[in-house]
Amino acid sequence: MTNEELQACLTGEFPKAEITLGKQYVEMVVQAEDLHETSAKLKALPTLSFDYLICLTGVDYPEKMQIVYHLESIQHRHVLVLKTNTADRLDPKVDTVSDVWQTAKYHEREVYDLLGVKFNNHTDLRRLFLDDTWGFPLRKDYKDEVRIVER
Amino acid sequence: MGVKSKKEFEANDYPILAEYEGGSIVLAKLDDLLNWSRANSLWPLTFGTRCCAIEFMAVGASRHDMSRFGMEVARATPRQADLIIISGTINYKMAPVLKRLYDQMADPKYVVAMGGCAVSGGPFFYNSYAVVKGADHVIPVDVYIPGCPPRPEALLYGMLQLHKKIKRQRYFSRKQNKNTPQP
Repeated sequence: MTNEELQACLTGEFPKAEITLGKQYVEMVVQAEDLHETSAKLKALPTLSFDYLICLTGVDYPEKMQIVYHLESIQHRHVLVLKTNTADRLDPKVDTVSDVWQTAKYHEREVYDLLGVKFNNHTDLRRLFLDDTWGFPLRKDYKDEVRIVER
Repeated sequence: MGVKSKKEFEANDYPILAEYEGGSIVLAKLDDLLNWSRANSLWPLTFGTRCCAIEFMAVGASRHDMSRFGMEVARATPRQADLIIISGTINYKMAPVLKRLYDQMADPKYVVAMGGCAVSGGPFFYNSYAVVKGADHVIPVDVYIPGCPPRPEALLYGMLQLHKKIKRQRYFSRKQNKNTPQP
């Protein structure tokens, strides 16, 4: 489907989400409570069938934490960017999508390791690269007097 | 073998030896001989962590040949290597590994820091939480080769500087003062 058709289809299926046309892909922002249900529906619907999670990353904004999912459908070959926000920056918790897309298992571990976002119902949420003596280095307010030379 | 004239030389001898007075006796200082032989057969330990390793491989390939200098035998084990070329970034996770490998090498051993990251942290000097700012925070370095990555010719120049450093060492001479460079 083209981006406009995809946008129309999604607006029909998910009335509560905000769906816009980005520069390259369609972008969809959902609330954190609806995330798991939305992702299961995105995978299951035969017109959409987003079965390939390309990437899962986190973004650190001053007032919120955002998780960004890049989804693609192998059958229909359209791409969607799905975003959720949590207002809590100190201890953010988001539902896991690793039961919908297996790729998310390691990507969510990486987001937990570097940004500190906890994923509910994740089967194995532990750090991936660093050990527990580190904080969460990719946060904008991460301070390390010994290792980082500020500029 | 004594001095033979060209007429008397036998089929087994090398004819060039008959042209020199004294035949085949070579006089050299033991230090110089040892240093020459050590410098011309440095065996590097393969320690490429990042992009500089590609330039190191280019030096090992046929155009900029490092086997001209005796270095084509790049050993994977520190026990058999006497040179470690740190080509690439050292992370905080990699630093204990580097130290352990250096400790396992036998003396006399030399360390060459190749590329910006090994010299001083390179492009990752500012605002990086994971990069050790220079390999000399971990092990003592003999030669620094700047560049990102250094050209193969620059690496060979660094090797020649290391040869010069090796040839200055004195094991057998008695006169050692505080200015004598130590390994």
